[in-house]
Amino acid sequence: MNGETKHQISYGTYVLIWLSLLAFTSLTVMVAGVNLGRYTLFVGLLIAAIKSSLVINIFMHIKFDEPIFKVFLSLSGVTLLIVFLLTFLDYLYR
Amino acid sequence: MSDHQENVAAIETHHAHRDDVGAKMGMWLFLFTEILLFGGLFLAYAVYRFKYSDQFHIAAMEMNTFIGAINTIILLTSSLTMAMSIAALQRGKKMFSIWMLSSTLAFALIFLINKYFEWSVKFGHGIYPGSKDLVNKPNGQILFFGLYFVMTGLHALHVIVGMGVLGFMLVFIIRNKVTPDNYIKLENSGLYWHLVDLIWIFLFPLFYLIQ
Repeated sequence: MNGETKHQISYGTYVLIWLSLLAFTSLTVMVAGVNLGRYTLFVGLLIAAIKSSLVINIFMHIKFDEPIFKVFLSLSGVTLLIVFLLTFLDYLYR
Repeated sequence: MSDHQENVAAIETHHAHRDDVGAKMGMWLFLFTEILLFGGLFLAYAVYRFKYSDQFHIAAMEMNTFIGAINTIILLTSSLTMAMSIAALQRGKKMFSIWMLSSTLAFALIFLINKYFEWSVKFGHGIYPGSKDLVNKPNGQILFFGLYFVMTGLHALHVIVGMGVLGFMLVFIIRNKVTPDNYIKLENSGLYWHLVDLIWIFLFPLFYLIQ
């Protein structure tokens, strides 16, 4: 189960992911300087989501781990999404 | 003789009850409770930002985007050194693993020092929970700063706890309690550290990038 079957990620891959994370950070700072009105928040969150998927998949190995961890993670994500949706439904249409 | 001992030890640890997948599953379950904890705060932020969006923009003028960006880079780099530390131990490179883990701790400390100076400036401007200047501001701005102090404060608390956990891991690696054959503790600590980074990835645009 463990040991030889474990997927090893090369140092190079990690450095590459880190460089992309830094690039996305500069991008999000630059985009924030441009006046996009209502889209500022959307773009900021979109870039944050891309950065998280890099961290979760590569740094946290989710991409190479057992599928059950993906199921767990999606479940917690969906739970959070439902809570957000229900709260805003209540808030907007009360 | 040490070779023989190591072999015996290896066989013993192999026979000892050990479930790495189970250990990792436990860690992920804990991480979900963390996601839900911060999720609740993000939810409060979302509703109040929606309700007081103008006030949030005015209050956010007080934020120092530069220091926020520097801290983002520091945490991202600490995540890299954390991942490298695990990768090094997997390959049996104990010294390199120790170096990478120590760098992670150093970056965490620099992050907290920056945080200290950032908060000191806020306090200097009379902005801290319950301050006279803050209480006299409109509701939206009080909420913005309240959420700012609670969310970045809780996050900083996680950084401090993470430093404690990683400090233990450092000692474990040095004393060969965490080894290339048995490094699940280090891996799980890494997961926690990456989660702390992950939360900051969202805190940064929500508090520092509203212009």
